[in-house]
Amino acid sequence: MRFRTCTSPHLIPGHSVGGVMRQVLYALVPGTLAMTWFFGWGVLVNVSLAILFSVAFEALMVAARGRPVLATLGDSSAILAGWLFALAIPPLAPVWVLLIGTAFAIVVAKHLYGGLGYNPFNPAMVGYVVVLVSFPRELSLWPSPEGLTNASLSLLQTLQTTLTGRLPEGMDWDAITRASPLDMMRESIVSGQTVTEVTQSPVFGSFSQTEWEWAGNLFLLGGLWLLYRRVITWHIPVSMLLTLATVAGVFWVIDPDYFASPAFHVFSGAAIIGAFFIATDPVSAATTPTGRILFGAGIGLLIYVIRTWGGYPDAVAFAVLLMNMVAPTLDHYTRPRIFGHSRDGHG
Amino acid sequence: MQLHRFHGGLKLPDHKAESTAHPLLTMGVPKYLYVPLSQHIGAPTEPLVQPGDHVFKGQRISQAKDYICAHVHAPTSGRIKDIVDHPIPHPSCLSAPCIVIESDAHDQWGDTRLPAWPDWRERDARSLRERVRAAGIVGMGGAAFPTAAKLNPRAGKRIHTLVVNGAECEPYISCDDILMRTYPEAILEGARIVAHILGAERVLFAVEDNKPEALRALTDARRGEESDFIRLVSIPSIYPTGGERQLIQVLTGREVPSAGLPADLGIVCQNAGTLKAIRDAVLHGQPLISRIVTVTGPGIREPRNVEALIGTTFADVVAAAGGYAPGVDRLVMGGPMMGFAIGDDAVPVIKGTNCLLTTRVEDTPAPGPVMPCIRCGECTRVCPANLLPQQLYWFAKGKDFDSVQDYGLFDCIECGCCAHVCPSNIPLVQYYRFAKQEIWGREKERQKADLARERFEFRQLRQEREEREKAERLARKKAALAKKDTDPDRKTAIDGAIERARAKKSAQANEEASPADRERADR
Repeated sequence: MRFRTCTSPHLIPGHSVGGVMRQVLYALVPGTLAMTWFFGWGVLVNVSLAILFSVAFEALMVAARGRPVLATLGDSSAILAGWLFALAIPPLAPVWVLLIGTAFAIVVAKHLYGGLGYNPFNPAMVGYVVVLVSFPRELSLWPSPEGLTNASLSLLQTLQTTLTGRLPEGMDWDAITRASPLDMMRESIVSGQTVTEVTQSPVFGSFSQTEWEWAGNLFLLGGLWLLYRRVITWHIPVSMLLTLATVAGVFWVIDPDYFASPAFHVFSGAAIIGAFFIATDPVSAATTPTGRILFGAGIGLLIYVIRTWGGYPDAVAFAVLLMNMVAPTLDHYTRPRIFGHSRDGHG
Repeated sequence: MQLHRFHGGLKLPDHKAESTAHPLLTMGVPKYLYVPLSQHIGAPTEPLVQPGDHVFKGQRISQAKDYICAHVHAPTSGRIKDIVDHPIPHPSCLSAPCIVIESDAHDQWGDTRLPAWPDWRERDARSLRERVRAAGIVGMGGAAFPTAAKLNPRAGKRIHTLVVNGAECEPYISCDDILMRTYPEAILEGARIVAHILGAERVLFAVEDNKPEALRALTDARRGEESDFIRLVSIPSIYPTGGERQLIQVLTGREVPSAGLPADLGIVCQNAGTLKAIRDAVLHGQPLISRIVTVTGPGIREPRNVEALIGTTFADVVAAAGGYAPGVDRLVMGGPMMGFAIGDDAVPVIKGTNCLLTTRVEDTPAPGPVMPCIRCGECTRVCPANLLPQQLYWFAKGKDFDSVQDYGLFDCIECGCCAHVCPSNIPLVQYYRFAKQEIWGREKERQKADLARERFEFRQLRQEREEREKAERLARKKAALAKKDTDPDRKTAIDGAIERARAKKSAQANEEASPADRERADR
């Protein structure tokens, strides 16, 4: 009797790229819902549109490169990139911001470098940084929960705002937006207020603005689930948040009036989602265990430096992209000791 | 006993209960046996018989010509039908020379049987090793390395510990399990013989904790022995803990050096099945002509263990286990992690055949399309050699053979953990095998080139020397001549003769030349 031959292992494989990516998508759901709760329909509109654009760009590029379109889309990586990009964008940002951002993420950062597995930079963060430096005004208009309560934008009105770039009649950007916690901290300190004065503002919760704290908590939940499911390893999130908190702690102890607390830094901006969902993008991160610890630590340090002394209120995207550059070098110098070799790497 | 951990590894569903439900079945003698000339790591053997010859059971029919080689014996008595190419169990699905024996149904031991040595304790290591060699014994865990060579560590390496490998860590395989349950005394006796050969002070007998029956049988067999010369150790079931280097680390916490052997740590490791074969060879003068094979998997009707003669076809072995189940799609020799798929069940059982695994399409669907590596690092987490499989893959694919060696390619034991966890379906181990083959090929080419260059350089040197010698000879001759030339009497005589000849020539020329020539000459 004759048989088909096939290479080992002769077991059903436990994982697939699509499966891994989809688990990350599931883990994003609670945090995204929390953001929708606080910031309105705009979050969901952004996520949906960005996914739509990303997948369309992915399909176009894959077809142009002569690769199988459906098999490639099945890996869900374009959905993930679009989703992460959307979460970084203010919920009422105009549609062309989404279009330009996803185009840079998918077409330039991903496919011009060879597609999934070959991109040296995190695609979602490239897209975000491009629109951040190009359209600073549109990227700074974060609605506030109480502003939205007063205005109560319906789903249709939100969609209209996104597509036309104009608020419905009778509404005013100033009424519904307010500075994000990092912006607030920055501006207040520049204008001579102390950190304590800022955090005593009614919009602040325990560590940061209430809505950011809650979104952070739920992204943290998703991140812990990813750790539990072994989709990501602990190295990057732990070293990144620990470094950020440690550095912030040192300066906070030195001068608590001028430097914000470690908890504020961890629970503001994109620190949590960055630690579990963005910095852990395996393709552009370091791949050795020690390399990942250094990679995360570098991001944590850069976030603090840029937030405190740099030109932008938040810094996760810049920090991640800067560390993407050194990831191959980190991998080269942090190879684990091979079984049966001595510490200096010889047999 | 303090146990240790090795890096990575996998917890896999063991699927051993299927084949251990039935007791060991000893198969009868099939009509035809196909005995390959090469069943081991090392050089092939040379046949000692010709078609038409009659052979007895246990008679040596093919001879080892090399140190790393193992004799082949007739598994039963009968007539040599032919020596031809026949499919063999090899990943290439190619054929190789086999001795075909037509059984005479008598299964007779002739007078060629080796003498039994119940008094083996009186014999020295050298003659016992020679017996192991004469019996054609190879490692029976699957690698089939000639055992006599392994029992002869390099001079100056003192062996203090014999490690008996009863781990059997791959899923589905249970031949060692059933062996340990069925013949515990024989295995322990084999361990004593090998310890005697090596001069080892202790025996560590490791069995994975998913084989409690085997452990119990061994404990019972060891009862009454007061010293703890042989220690039974239950080790956690983690694939690939049965790898020699991993097992030694688990038991001793020490790592075998990368380029070294367990003997460098004073340890020799032997599979339980090999010990049984050694004991049979020493106590009964029986060469290695049969072995236990696990026939298992969802593609078989009655999974079980059978004792089959070397040379029995897989088809016969499968028939002894009730035949194939409907929908059988893949036939594998070895386990699911390191075994290879067989194209044709006409191939025979060889000394290293520990398991026939059969699966249906639904058990092992064709792997999905290979996706790009996303550097997720799962492979790094599970690699027992602590390598970076994703980087090895990158370099192997790019044919950067210097870097791939720098990243430890040759420390890879090809256990397949990385390929199993890879979400991108990349056949990683195939890439490593490819890179190893390429590097070995290049090394061979380089050696050939070196040899050719040496030859060429030697030839040039020789030619130069010959030229030089010739020149010297000439110079000597000239010098001798010149010495003669400087002889004054002789010189005047020669000069006079030359002068005379010249005068005579010019006179002749003047007479013969025409007026025009003369005119030209005058000008």
